[in-house]
Amino acid sequence: MSVIQEFTKGFYRQYPVFRQILGLCPTLATSTSVENGLGMGVAATFVLICSNVIVSMIRNIVPAKIRIPIYIVVIATFVTIVDLAMAGFVPSLHKSLGIFVPLIVVNCIILGRAEAFAGKNGVGMSFIDGLGMGLGFTFALLIVGSVREILGNGTLLGIPVLGAGYEPVLLMLLPPGAFLSIGFFLGFFNWLENRRAKSQSQ
Amino acid sequence: MDNKLIVSSAPHFHSRESVPKIMWTVALTLVPAGIGAIYFFGLRALWLMVIGIGSAVITEAVIEKLLKKPMTVNDGSAVVTGLLLAFNISAQVPLWMPAIGSFFAIAVGKMVFGGLGFNPMNPALLGRAFLLASWPTHMTIFDRAVPTGGTVSGIDIMTSATPLNVLKSSQAVLANPQDYSAQQFTDATMAIGKLYDSLDNLFIGRIGGCLGETSVFLLLIGAAILMYKRYIGWKIPFSYIGTVAFLSWMFGGAEGLFSGNPMFHILSGGLILGAFFMATDMVTSPVTFWGRIWFGVGCGVITVLIRQIGGYPEGVSYSILLMNLVTPLLDRMTQPKVFGGRKRV
Repeated sequence: MSVIQEFTKGFYRQYPVFRQILGLCPTLATSTSVENGLGMGVAATFVLICSNVIVSMIRNIVPAKIRIPIYIVVIATFVTIVDLAMAGFVPSLHKSLGIFVPLIVVNCIILGRAEAFAGKNGVGMSFIDGLGMGLGFTFALLIVGSVREILGNGTLLGIPVLGAGYEPVLLMLLPPGAFLSIGFFLGFFNWLENRRAKSQSQ
Repeated sequence: MDNKLIVSSAPHFHSRESVPKIMWTVALTLVPAGIGAIYFFGLRALWLMVIGIGSAVITEAVIEKLLKKPMTVNDGSAVVTGLLLAFNISAQVPLWMPAIGSFFAIAVGKMVFGGLGFNPMNPALLGRAFLLASWPTHMTIFDRAVPTGGTVSGIDIMTSATPLNVLKSSQAVLANPQDYSAQQFTDATMAIGKLYDSLDNLFIGRIGGCLGETSVFLLLIGAAILMYKRYIGWKIPFSYIGTVAFLSWMFGGAEGLFSGNPMFHILSGGLILGAFFMATDMVTSPVTFWGRIWFGVGCGVITVLIRQIGGYPEGVSYSILLMNLVTPLLDRMTQPKVFGGRKRV
């Protein structure tokens, strides 16, 4: 596969959130606003790229039987870096993301890419894979976060967009709002895929 | 469907009932309570009901048009959903709220799952739950809902709440007397006494509350017709109301076990509306004998738990929604043995 294909698969063919249904926990929990979603997405992308590169570098010297603990240690290292950096530079964002920053360690997209891709491919390709998947994940958080912030708070990135008379749908900021919006996006992606499959079979 | 010859396996019973006939009958049996709502809460109640029904019907029609599905708005189920949703909101919510609630009830509560017959939960109650979670302040203000023709009692706080609200706040005072003054304690005791003395107002419907839930009398007229036509059975409503009565008699009083007032708990809140018109929804309730009994008991237990311990004063809508979700399990658990067959393995 070409570099372009490895990069773009993170946006449609193997879209982590909406096609592979991976990484739902952080998507549900941190998509209450665009800002939170972006922060989570960028942090996870950084960890994903770094862990992909390191895992790819050491792939030939890691014993197969204990590869998962080693991957986790690698991932945890970068998560600690992100955690401390966010606490130092963007303390308010760090506070609103809370436990979900340390929980990036067990994010199934990151471990999934280490296991499915970086452990079998070269460093360059693993970097591209991590970048594509990470940006795809960030984009998912961004669109779910936008829908929830606009409907649930009447704002986008903190700027009021729906006028003063708008009465926010509080439910969209609560957990049901996350399930509802992700459900509708999943339905939309399935619809796209069905249409694609239908037009290909004809 | 040009093939008129339908081949199917036995039994070859034919019923004269149909979905439209049942649904329109249910809608008609809700009319007395609807007229009562207009009498008690004024013309605004009529507008809320019209908007609720209109939004439900339009939502269903638009979605079926967009998805190129057969048009089913004439079967009356959307009308029933819209009317029940309006029955479940306070009289002074903004006029857009029944519109949004009905839209959510039909779109997310019913059409997402494939339309009537596939919805796991009662759409009207889902719409109400959505409104209550989204705009809690609008949904829990009943101050202008003080009906014409009387109040529950002369005490001031009465005018701003439903009887169950008053009961909940008064019970909170009685449970922690050290946090309140002696005056507040006497007031709370008096309030509960007055509530228990006003059962006639509760029965007729001269109380604060949601549009369609206040008048037990008018609701029972409709329920009696439905039971006579056998569109609803006795199992769910009676086991539901019986459980509520027993548990609130047992745990509802301040002076230990069996000091509660079961009659007050039956007549107040949305219990009668819920037990007869919403828990009995054919799509979302069990079909077996014991399944229906357990369904009613489960609703009753959850209702009393919420009323006595939970944060909300009223728990009918949540109890029915929760039991809707276990309906498939109840049906499986209570599957009857085939006649002449072996014991269930």
